[in-house]
Amino acid sequence: MNKIISLDEAASFFKDGMSIMAGGFMGVGTPEDLVSALLEANVKDITLIANDTAFIGSGVGPLIVNHRVKKVIASHIGTNPETGRQMIAGEMEVELVPQGTLAERVRAGGAGLGGILTPTGVGTVVEEGKEKLTVDGREYLLEKPLRAEVALLKAYKADKSGNLVYHRSARNFNPFMALAADQVIVQVEKLVEVGEIDPDEVMTPGILVDKIYVQRRQ
Amino acid sequence: MVQTVVNPKQIIAARVAKEMRDGDVVNLGIGLPTMVPNYLPDNVNVILQSENGYVGLGPLDGDIDPDLVNAGGQPSGILPGGAFFDSVFSFELIRGGHVDVTVLGGLEADTKGNLANWMVPGKMVPGMGGAMDLVTGAKKVIVAMEHTAKNGSSKILDECRLPLTGKGVVDLIVTELAVFRVTEEGLVLEELQEGVNLETVKEKTEAPFKISPTLLFD
Repeated sequence: MNKIISLDEAASFFKDGMSIMAGGFMGVGTPEDLVSALLEANVKDITLIANDTAFIGSGVGPLIVNHRVKKVIASHIGTNPETGRQMIAGEMEVELVPQGTLAERVRAGGAGLGGILTPTGVGTVVEEGKEKLTVDGREYLLEKPLRAEVALLKAYKADKSGNLVYHRSARNFNPFMALAADQVIVQVEKLVEVGEIDPDEVMTPGILVDKIYVQRRQ
Repeated sequence: MVQTVVNPKQIIAARVAKEMRDGDVVNLGIGLPTMVPNYLPDNVNVILQSENGYVGLGPLDGDIDPDLVNAGGQPSGILPGGAFFDSVFSFELIRGGHVDVTVLGGLEADTKGNLANWMVPGKMVPGMGGAMDLVTGAKKVIVAMEHTAKNGSSKILDECRLPLTGKGVVDLIVTELAVFRVTEEGLVLEELQEGVNLETVKEKTEAPFKISPTLLFD
């Protein structure tokens, strides 16, 4: 099965109203070319799941700036002033989630779990509207799983079967988002033949990766 | 080499540094807390955890690697012996009690160990990022902040007014004037910073507090 696609082919996956999750922490580990393809595809009303909304001109930031997002679920929006502006103006819905909770909700979405119990947020506004459970005397919030129709990931290297290796702190949300979406599209810097990545060094197994886009720029 | 202390932030960072034990795993918030390592004595080596996915955070060493940033998104280095991981694992370390100390800035802290540092309704809503998980999971939570706000009002209150980051989570409050420990019975003034008298602290602290019998001052 050939998983290698062009940016144009990647764009064919995007539809109005779609839920999309994207790896990255302030743009590091975000597949910038796939984000550009998403912008050029001109789809609107996206529900975006990402750790943060990065910056005006990088990471997933341009999706916000260009009004493609209906709702964003993130832990931090402070580095992209446009997110806060659209939130306050009522142009876009923002759900702020503690970073560890966001990671676990995505993990749960990919792991077949009905949610996770976390003490994070107990006694704060984060607990509003959520079920609270006491386990062995400690209070936890029930946080529900998150999935998306498409995950846009960034890895350093892939083999042609989709086995992935990440680089430095660009790993962040990518590995577990690979389990939590119907279509997993990854942008890589380097493509190698099957067998060239030692199985011990594979960080995300290729069975989770549907499509691979090899970036042109270095 | 230990830096000299001249301004309030440096006084705070230098005092927080004394709380660190050799071998501690430490997570430092953005801003003032990142100054703490400058004041560690040579015989105290801590391992810095970066919430975006590694231990062994160090200063930028050589060329910038765009894939290696700290939790503030700034180019960073990783020390020999460091390790990278994904965001689920990073927050397992944080929430699971594997981080010995976290140092965070604060907008308000109070007698019950509550901390508010993530939003000012109607003014500043950057999101909580990893802060709620850090205060929930780290074994020791130190708030490092200036004693008063820019308008001169006390940041140490009987009860926080801003939305909380965590409820009953703070162990120690370090300001340029004093050090308070949070106990079941409320705040205990443990120390006065050099050259500061008790009257000044009483005058600038809205919260009631007890005075430690072991209080060290001239």
